[in-house]
Amino acid sequence: MIIFFVLAIIAVFGAVMVVTRKSPVASAVYLILVMCSLAGLFALMGALFLAAFQVIVYAGAIMVLFLFVIMLLNLRRDEFGHDPRIIQKYLGFAFALLILIQGVFILGWAMKDYSAGAGSISSVESGVTPSETVPPDDYSSAESVAETLFTKFAYPFEITSVLLLAAIIGAVVIARKKQPGQDEEEED
Amino acid sequence: MPSLEYFIILSAILFCIGVWGVLKSRNAIVIFMAIELMLNAVNLSLVAFASNVKIILARVIQTMPVDQVSDLLRTSTASGQVYVILVMTVAAAEAAVGLAIIISIHRMKDSVNVDDVNIMKW
Repeated sequence: MIIFFVLAIIAVFGAVMVVTRKSPVASAVYLILVMCSLAGLFALMGALFLAAFQVIVYAGAIMVLFLFVIMLLNLRRDEFGHDPRIIQKYLGFAFALLILIQGVFILGWAMKDYSAGAGSISSVESGVTPSETVPPDDYSSAESVAETLFTKFAYPFEITSVLLLAAIIGAVVIARKKQPGQDEEEED
Repeated sequence: MPSLEYFIILSAILFCIGVWGVLKSRNAIVIFMAIELMLNAVNLSLVAFASNVKIILARVIQTMPVDQVSDLLRTSTASGQVYVILVMTVAAAEAAVGLAIIISIHRMKDSVNVDDVNIMKW
């Protein structure tokens, strides 16, 4: 429980820092902090494979891509110095808060049903209390996840590979420089 | 392990910080990072539901034969985690294409401020 609160506070602190920092590099580094603490939360729930995946793919690959682009563009901090729309800040915060309050209300409404379910399970399986809900290790092991991914989700998995291929080609086409002497209609 | 509610509330808070970031910032890269934050929050809630599937499906389990319960729990938990893997893949693809668009815009306008980019507006 203490581990959960420590990781949760680190995650929320990092998330606020991502949004409020002026420099994009600082935001990216704080986002890595958020992702690492989320990986810790995944491990806390028994999803060790996903925790490793989170650190490798998100904190490793995606954030390196972000930092690479930030460094490549050589963004200056003072580029965003003057803010013509001060109302955007406060209105944005107000809307986000509104969504949070809405979410908490919906959650409270949905949790009635969930609590009823939690009561019935403890009556069915004597000795299993709702707090002991970590599935046995083999439910969320890499083996179990891989078996589901390659049997039940084989078709979405193949679609994902097509998606990645499209993303790679799209990124190359969008980001390349215009060749001199190329047709305008083809490029634009 | 703390119960499901704590994880869902944390996920909601992180998602709303992401919404705040998207609405507030004008740097396109920071907007992208806030979107990644929102995707991460959704991943957290998916993993939380997958880990607590025994409680969520309590009523279904009650009416099932006992020998199928273990299989159901195994499939449901793994399915939730497979969704997370798919979300991560989509996030990677989205980051690649989005950053390519940002590079292209920066080359054209010499800025990544979203207020400067309105070529698709009218």
